[in-house]
Amino acid sequence: MTVPAEPVPPIHATTRRPLPTFRGTPPFPEAARTALADPQLRANLRRATTTIRDKRSRVVAEREDWEQLRLAGAAIKDEVLRDLPALLERLERAVVAAGGVVHWARDAADANAIVIEVARAHGTTEVVKVKSMTTQEIELNEALAIEGIDVWETDLAEMIVQLGHDLPSHILVPAIHRNRTEIRDIFRDEMGKVGRPAPADLTDDPKQLAEAARRHLREKFLRARVAVSGGNFAVAETGTIAVVESEGNGRMCLTLPDVLITVLGIEKLVPTWRDLEVFLQLLPRSATAERMNPYTSMWTGVTPGDGPQEFHLVLLDNGRTDVLSDQVGRQALRCIRCSACLNVCPVYERTGGRAYGSPYPGPIGAILTPQLRGIAHHPVDKQTASLPFASSLCGACFDACPVRIDIPEVLVHLRAQVVEHAARSHRIPTPEAGSMAAAGWVLQTARRLGRAERLASLGGRVVGRRGAIGRLPAPGWAGAWLRRRDLRTPARESFRAWWRRTGGRDDAR
Amino acid sequence: MTGKVPADAPARRAEVLARIAAALVDRPASSAVPRDYQHRLPDHVDVLDLFAERVADYRSTVHRTDAAGLAATVAAAIADRGIRRLVVPGGIPEGWLAACPAERIGDDPPLSVEELDGIDGTITGCAVAIAETGTFVLDAGSGQGRRVLSLLPDRLICVVTADQVVGTVPEALARLEPARPQTWVSGPSATSDIELERIEGVHGPRILDVVLVDRPG
Repeated sequence: MTVPAEPVPPIHATTRRPLPTFRGTPPFPEAARTALADPQLRANLRRATTTIRDKRSRVVAEREDWEQLRLAGAAIKDEVLRDLPALLERLERAVVAAGGVVHWARDAADANAIVIEVARAHGTTEVVKVKSMTTQEIELNEALAIEGIDVWETDLAEMIVQLGHDLPSHILVPAIHRNRTEIRDIFRDEMGKVGRPAPADLTDDPKQLAEAARRHLREKFLRARVAVSGGNFAVAETGTIAVVESEGNGRMCLTLPDVLITVLGIEKLVPTWRDLEVFLQLLPRSATAERMNPYTSMWTGVTPGDGPQEFHLVLLDNGRTDVLSDQVGRQALRCIRCSACLNVCPVYERTGGRAYGSPYPGPIGAILTPQLRGIAHHPVDKQTASLPFASSLCGACFDACPVRIDIPEVLVHLRAQVVEHAARSHRIPTPEAGSMAAAGWVLQTARRLGRAERLASLGGRVVGRRGAIGRLPAPGWAGAWLRRRDLRTPARESFRAWWRRTGGRDDAR
Repeated sequence: MTGKVPADAPARRAEVLARIAAALVDRPASSAVPRDYQHRLPDHVDVLDLFAERVADYRSTVHRTDAAGLAATVAAAIADRGIRRLVVPGGIPEGWLAACPAERIGDDPPLSVEELDGIDGTITGCAVAIAETGTFVLDAGSGQGRRVLSLLPDRLICVVTADQVVGTVPEALARLEPARPQTWVSGPSATSDIELERIEGVHGPRILDVVLVDRPG
């Protein structure tokens, strides 16, 4: 599954402008350098991530049982992955029993073809869309544009991105890289080309900007016949789909049109109705740092006389089974797309999301994108291979993750896969291949890490008289590596050994 | 066209399921889901006070009254919000609107979206409300009607009775019927998409009044 060659870019039917794409993003270090050179971008990002981090800490601290909720969330998602075939079939039966149609898509091409077929069957030339990561992943808008069908993004931030002929840079707040003045300019210049123009005297007051969006989109909502959404959760037991949102654009799309198409990654299930009690508490606090988001819509198939009378559910693989096949990496499929890991990541805060070259930026993107692109099974392109290295392994992402995805563990694991691929293509093991594989093996369990630390400590006592190991006459690659660096002598006793001995008492040094 | 599926649909389904089975060839171990998180609020918490406080946190207006004061409270809210025409779903108790100053508009036969878009406000009941999160849940039941009724008009008044208020999200889910279409509402429509600054009011109702009917005495 290599990245296909870029054909002529799709054109938006109404504006006649080519749609932007993540394809062709350079490898992370290069993309990051471009981002770092943009002071406006960095200022916008710093301000936004600092705000959301503080808010999140406050609402999480309010819950004394936060850790119990995280453990429950992780366990439920692991259960979903373990029982996935049976749960998907159960979901399918429940949705069909409630009057819905279920489709299975192996990849993006399947999913896009299904959506196009449904839209065509209704003779529509436009669809309204609820913000959805999955449909960005499959580049649905581009596929529909090629068929002459316009897609109107209705989430405020997605609309800012779309009107700005731009790419998203955050899972939850895709226009986080834009400030209010830039948004005002985009609205003033672009709204009139695709519908109701922004008022001539529009200022950069966020209230006015939101009002302009309300008026611009209202006519599109009222006339739309077909809507496309993603889904946050699908309850296998009942066939219920849940969409969590803030603005009400989701409700518009899920309620007003005649036809609703929901594209859902196969990992989005929860087994039972009751399981929602965990995720409806974890997600809003982790995402928008609220006790609860303004609107959550739930529906089961079709309800006669209320909402869309035709409902299609597209169950999407598109690389998820590749992720699932990796025993270390599969935990990435627990992800509920809250973006807490982006907001706490020191790398993301400085580079922004577009440097990651995929709709999934930040720490989760660094482990999800390479796996969705098949890194467990075959070599990947340079940009993809650079993503597991886009991290300092500081671990803040793991602490923030509501479903306890050990992102640093997966990053190290994927780094080993990248260098293994490289080694295999060079036929000689590279130094990194050896050290990454060894590091991966050592870090896998706490006991091995403890033993390795003890060994390093013993070695340190032999060679470390001056407090540093420098310029050692080490053979081969290690010698080359040490010519550039001094190595700190390992502590005489590792932290783990000290903790075991003293239980953390400071006086027991 | 409902139900029409492309010719290779069975093959695609089989392939996805086969891929999943192959990916799980290591048969990951099974373990019970720990559920020792909070299910109820401590007994000393007054759920009605907490609900009122948490709803107000979202910058919506909470009016506390009792059964005797309900009609007057609803009438005052309608007048204060300048609602001249009010959508009244089927099943709203007549007593709620005994002093209603607005023209009442029913939804039988169903209103068109254009008609609804031109109406000032809607009054609704709810299925359950959650104190901890300041949420009320609409499930299209009696006194609520179709989902769109509480969506297009810009002003929404929701009447919540004391027996409908539970403490926590787990308690609310246990009361709800999954097959019914649901809208969980926590404050007015809002966005934080511009510099992460919260603004109330985008597409849903921008003005939200919650009338909380206390227990008698």
